[in-house]
Amino acid sequence: MHIHKFEKIWLIFGVTTLLVFLSVIGVSAFYLGNQPPSCLATINPEKVDTTAPFDKPGLNKVEGKEWDYELVYVASAFNYTPGEVEVPLGAKVKVLATTKDVVHGFNVAGTNINMMLEPGYISEYVTTFDKAGEYLIVCNEYCGAGHHMMSSMIKVVE
Amino acid sequence: MNSFVEKIKKVDSRDAKLGMAHFYVAFIGLFIGGMAGLLQTLVRSGQFTLPAGIGYYQLLTLHGVVLALVMTTYFIMGFQLVSVSRTAGTLTNKQRNTGWVGFWLMTIGTVMAAVMILLNEASVLYTFYAPLQAHALFYVGLTLVIVGSWVSGSAIIMAYVAWRRKNPGQPSPLLTFMSLVNTLMWIVATIGVATTVLFQLLPWSLGLVERVDVAISRTLFWYFGHPLVYFWLLPAYMAWYVIVPKIIGGKIFSDSLARLSFILFLLFSIPVGFHHQLMEPGIDPAWKFLQVVLTFMVIIPSLMTAFSLFATFETFGRSKGATGLFGWLKKLPWGDARFLIPFIGMLSFIPGGAGGIINASNQMNQVIHNTIWVTGHFHLTVATAVILTFFGISYWLIPHLTGRTLTKAMNKLAILQGVLWAIGMTFMSGAMHFAGLLGAPRRSAYSEYGGAAQAAEWVPYQIAQAVGGSILFIAIILVLYIFINLAFFAPKGEEEFPVGEAANTTEKAPMILENWKLWLGLVVLLIAFAYTIPFIDLIENAPIGSKGYKLW
Repeated sequence: MHIHKFEKIWLIFGVTTLLVFLSVIGVSAFYLGNQPPSCLATINPEKVDTTAPFDKPGLNKVEGKEWDYELVYVASAFNYTPGEVEVPLGAKVKVLATTKDVVHGFNVAGTNINMMLEPGYISEYVTTFDKAGEYLIVCNEYCGAGHHMMSSMIKVVE
Repeated sequence: MNSFVEKIKKVDSRDAKLGMAHFYVAFIGLFIGGMAGLLQTLVRSGQFTLPAGIGYYQLLTLHGVVLALVMTTYFIMGFQLVSVSRTAGTLTNKQRNTGWVGFWLMTIGTVMAAVMILLNEASVLYTFYAPLQAHALFYVGLTLVIVGSWVSGSAIIMAYVAWRRKNPGQPSPLLTFMSLVNTLMWIVATIGVATTVLFQLLPWSLGLVERVDVAISRTLFWYFGHPLVYFWLLPAYMAWYVIVPKIIGGKIFSDSLARLSFILFLLFSIPVGFHHQLMEPGIDPAWKFLQVVLTFMVIIPSLMTAFSLFATFETFGRSKGATGLFGWLKKLPWGDARFLIPFIGMLSFIPGGAGGIINASNQMNQVIHNTIWVTGHFHLTVATAVILTFFGISYWLIPHLTGRTLTKAMNKLAILQGVLWAIGMTFMSGAMHFAGLLGAPRRSAYSEYGGAAQAAEWVPYQIAQAVGGSILFIAIILVLYIFINLAFFAPKGEEEFPVGEAANTTEKAPMILENWKLWLGLVVLLIAFAYTIPFIDLIENAPIGSKGYKLW
C-alpha cells in the first residue's frame, strides 16, 4: 500500500498532536489528580434519608480530613436538598451527592463541578471555592416534566 | 472489474423501488423532526409556549427519536442498499426480499414507538435512560427497528459474499466494501442496545421484573451510542471518498487508504463508550482514561480522510491548470449542488471534530458535559456534516432512482438550501456552544431558575438559537420541496449515479483488508479489553436496582 510523502508528514504531525493531547490529559489525571468524578461507593436509594452523610444534607464542618467541609446534597424529582447554602470563601470542600429516584445531573453552572447522580451510587468531587459570588446548580440530565425547574444555589461569602 | 462496473451504471428499477421506500420514510421523518426542533428553539427563547398540552420533553423525545434514530437509519440503509446494487450488481430476489422484510420490520417498529411518544407514554428522550420507564410498546418498537436494520444489513452481507464468490481474489468494489464495513460495525454495536432493551428494559416495563440495574443499562447504551455516530458518519465518508471525486471530474486519491481508514473505524468506533460516561460514578477512572485513549485512535482515520479529500481537490484543480498555493480552489465546481452541499458539510466537520476532541478529554469534559455545548457539537457533526452530505446525495440519487433529472432551477434552490443551512447552523450551534460554556444545560425547557443572574445570561443565546432554528426550518422546507420535485415532478431523464475511480488503477488493494476473520477478531478483542473488567466491577459491586418512574 503506497502512502504519499505529504500524507505521511500529515499523519505524523496529526498523531504526534494527539499524543501530546493525551499526555496532557493523562498527566493532569494521574499525576495532578484531576480525575473526573468516579466514586465507587454505593447506597440504597430507598434509604438515602437515613444513611450517613445524607441524613444531614447541607454544609458540615469536618476534622482530620484533607478538606475542611463536606457539602452534602440529596437530589430527587425535582429539587435538591439543601436549596441554598453559604460556603466561606477559600474553603476546601468535598461535595457529596446522590439521588433518591431517577438519574439527575449536578452541575455548578460555569464551573467544572459536574457530576451524574445515579440511583444506588454516590457522586463526589473535591474543590476549593476561591471566588466569591452566587453559583447556580442546575440539573443537566433529563429527569421528568419539572427537570428545568430543578436547581439550587451556592453562595460563596467572605 | 472496471468493465464489469461500467456495464451496470443504472440501479435496477426493483432495487430503486426498495431504496425509494427508505427515502420516503427518511424525508417524512425530516419534516416531523425538523418541525419539533423549530418548536423547541422557540420555547427555549422564552417567547413561546406550546399549544394543546404538548409537553416540551414529549417534543424533544420525538425530535431525537425521529431524526437521530429513524431518519438517519432509513437514509443509510436505503443508500447502502442501492450503492451495493450499483457497484456489486443488481440484488438477487432473495437479497431484495430480505431488504424489504428489514424495511417493514423497521417501519412497524417506528410506528409503534411514534404512537407511544404521541400518546405521551414515552417521554424518555431518545436515550431512554432508566429508571424513567416508558410504555413497553415503545421498547418493542425500538427493538423492531434494530432487528429490522439487522435484516436489511444481512441483505448487504449476502450481496457482498455473492460478489466475492463470483470474483475470487479480487478486492470488492469500494462502495460495497464501505457499505459492508458500516453494516458490520452497526451489527456489533447494536448488540449492546438490543441487550439492555430486550433483557433489562422490556421485562421491567412489562412488570416481569421489579428492578433494573441503571449503571449497566447506561453502559450497554453507550457501548452502542458512540458507534451510532460513526454509523451516521461513514455513509457521508462514502460520498466524500467515492462520489464527490467523480462529481468534480477528479479521481479517488487512494483506494487502499480509503479502505484502511474504514477498517480503522470498524476497530476503534466501539470500545470508546466511556467517554460519554466520564462524569459517572461506579466506573474506575483508569478505565475511563483507557477508553479516552482509544477514542483518540478513531481520530486518525478522520485525519486520513481529510487529507485524501483535499488531495483530490488540489490534484483536480492543478490538472485543470491551476497555479499558486490555493489556485486549485477556483477550479472546483462551486455552482454544482452535488458538490457544494457535501463540501459545506466537510467544512463543518473541522470545528465539529475539534469539539469532539474537547468533549473526549476528561477534564475539559467536566466543563461541558450535558451543557448545551454538546447539543451544539452534534448539530455540527450529524446535523450539518452528515445531513448536508445526505442532502447532497439525494439531489442526484433520488432522480437517478425515479428516472428524472435535477434541473438547473432545482440545483439553484439546492444551493440556496445549503447556504441557508450554513447560516442557520452558525447561529444555532454557535450560540449553543457559547451558552454551554456558561453552564446552560441541554435537554431543558425554558427556565429562569428562580431569577438566578447566571440563567439570565443564557437568554440572549437562546434567542439566537431560535433565530438559527427558524432559518434551518426554512432550509428544511426547501429540501422537502426539492425532494418532492425530484421524486414526482422533475422532467424524465437520466441522472448519473457517480462512482469515482482510483487515481492509480494499477495498484490493487491488499486482500488482507477483506479478511473479516482477522478484523472482526480484533474488534472482539478490543471490546473485551476495554469493557470486560469494568463490566465485571459494575456487576459485582451493583447496588440494589431501581423501580420504574413515570415523571412526565
